[in-house]
Amino acid sequence: MADPMRIRAQAAGDKTTVRVLMAHEMEGGQRKDAAGKIVPAWYIQEVTATHNGKTVLTAEWGPAVSKNPFLQFVVKGAKAGDKIAVNWKDNKGDTRSDEATVS
Amino acid sequence: MQTRRQALKKSAVVAGLLASTGLFPQFAFAAYNTAAFEAKNIQDALKALGAGAPVESKDITVTGPDIAENGAVVPLGVSTTLAGVKSMLIMVEKNPASLTALFHMTDSVEPSFSTRAKMGQSSDVYAIALMGDGKVLFAKKEVKVTLGGCGG
Repeated sequence: MADPMRIRAQAAGDKTTVRVLMAHEMEGGQRKDAAGKIVPAWYIQEVTATHNGKTVLTAEWGPAVSKNPFLQFVVKGAKAGDKIAVNWKDNKGDTRSDEATVS
Repeated sequence: MQTRRQALKKSAVVAGLLASTGLFPQFAFAAYNTAAFEAKNIQDALKALGAGAPVESKDITVTGPDIAENGAVVPLGVSTTLAGVKSMLIMVEKNPASLTALFHMTDSVEPSFSTRAKMGQSSDVYAIALMGDGKVLFAKKEVKVTLGGCGG
């Protein structure tokens, strides 16, 4: 199981800015190790965000997203106390889901 | 935080499992558009997504640094003021695979996203919006990279 994400959701008016920092290697499949073998790709492919259980965003990522990815998006109509959950799935089928409360 | 050693060990185990079952990771999820993410250039990636030729638009904004010292972490953002956007894409033209990130919109999210990407070399970065009516709009910005972040 991967390390937890850091999620921060801040409401300003009717818009909530959500910032997510995920812990993931995001190996692009281009690098070579000391023995000259290509390090196999290992990266987050799908990201889903939900607001109080309703899906608000789905994203597909390629291997070019940086290590320990950062994601920022804006949710409309979320209030303080609402739950924002983010879920990812990598190309090896590993998943991780974390939740934050809007402040 | 996972150490590099743990990560490598884990990846070796999973790679072994995959090899023994003959199952490749990209077949695990039907929704993931492998063809688009493996496309070498912007045109092919758009074709794989079923989108037409892009038209430059002032209503799309791409944010990023003029000069990125470290190509492994380049903060990039896309946003638009237009309504009716279906998906937004970030593409780096000269990366081994152009398509970096693809965001599917819903009504409850603003068409504005930021993330960080790896860039192999100085290149134009494209923000592309796939509109609900089938139009494809783009904006681009050149980002110079001092130290590439893809190989080594």
